[in-house]
Amino acid sequence: MPDEHYNQPVADRSLIACPHCDLLQHLPNLASAASARCPRCNEELWRRREDSLNRTLALAVTAALLYLVANAVPMLGLTVVGREAATTVIGGAEHLWQVGQVAVAILVLFTAIVAPALQIVLMLAIVLGTRRQPAPRWAGTLLRHHGTTQTWSMIEVMMLGVLVALVKIADYATVIPGTALFVLGALIVVLAAMQASFEPREVWEKIQWAEAGTRDRALDARS
Amino acid sequence: MGAGALTAMQQGLQGCDICGLLSRPTPGHEEGRCPRCGETLEFRKRACVQRAWAFLIAAAVCYVPANVLPVLTTTTAAGASSDTILQGVVLLWSPTGWPLSLIVLVASIMIPSAKILALGYLLIAVQRGSVKSNEQRTRLYRMVEFIGRWSMVDVFVDTFTAALVQLKPLMAVEPGPGLVFFAAVVVLTMLAVESFDPRLIWDAASAMEARHA
Repeated sequence: MPDEHYNQPVADRSLIACPHCDLLQHLPNLASAASARCPRCNEELWRRREDSLNRTLALAVTAALLYLVANAVPMLGLTVVGREAATTVIGGAEHLWQVGQVAVAILVLFTAIVAPALQIVLMLAIVLGTRRQPAPRWAGTLLRHHGTTQTWSMIEVMMLGVLVALVKIADYATVIPGTALFVLGALIVVLAAMQASFEPREVWEKIQWAEAGTRDRALDARS
Repeated sequence: MGAGALTAMQQGLQGCDICGLLSRPTPGHEEGRCPRCGETLEFRKRACVQRAWAFLIAAAVCYVPANVLPVLTTTTAAGASSDTILQGVVLLWSPTGWPLSLIVLVASIMIPSAKILALGYLLIAVQRGSVKSNEQRTRLYRMVEFIGRWSMVDVFVDTFTAALVQLKPLMAVEPGPGLVFFAAVVVLTMLAVESFDPRLIWDAASAMEARHA
């Protein structure tokens, strides 16, 4: 049983603490596309985005489709003196696994395949769940973990790595950039746009509070 | 900042890292849960300086084999050769390939070492209770947080080079023993950054301001 002591929220909802320096301040009401920064440490506290939920949903659906294509088709191929070879994204991790580099294989699998998939799927679930009124608590639970998937999703880093590998190999073989390489390029742009259009504040304001859940459970237990 | 500048901790309030809600713990408790998102709240991340040091020292230890051991082994008909990260940079250096060589140099050698040094500096500054240049320190922290993931580039380069160049007996590339140490450096420094609490940078200055207010 986790610790069930819930904090008491402050009455003034515009009062916030800067996440980077803990300075107490009032968040101003913002016009569309305006942003508020901490006066002490310059951290961006809030950026108001227009029509955030719908735009994020559209971009998340696009990202999901691109992700599926990017992982289904070959990413890189090469030919040298009549011999051919090709690999997919997952093929890279698979080869590491086969040659005994298990730890690195898991890391590549996680950062290039699992974390991006979770990043997209959680985002889809969050924006779809928030369309209900009030937004269900599980949307909040997913949003709590969404930051982690974002930290470890490294498609753009992988892309740079693949490009370097491509040029390296081009010295002694003919490289064939696969379809997945171009799809990944598009996916990077769409993922960045998805994160940029998403406004977590809007979701948090619509969400059913965690504290309400324990109250409900307590009532259920009594009745 | 004027006399009115106060932090949430000085007021006995906790801002949620996840959802941003400001709340007050139950009297007599140092920590509680955020009533909105359910996250466990503390005034500052618990033992964060010790944890950050632990990850950082582990990263510094792994940094040595990561740079000394080969990350790639190339086998051709003529024989086998192994390259460390630095040798990989040198190999890439050519009249046309130097920009890529520079990318690998920055991502694999400069970023990891700069990250270890920068975090070490931030931790020492926090432990000494320094009150000056906090804004620059916060900016340094944000930069380290933003840039850290890019050192994974070399892991991906080696992964996909090895996966693709499998043309036995003509030529084959395999990952070397240094790769796992290098990956460990990247992961450990990212964990160190995540366990560090940037609010600590300002605590000494906040306490001083409160005394003078």
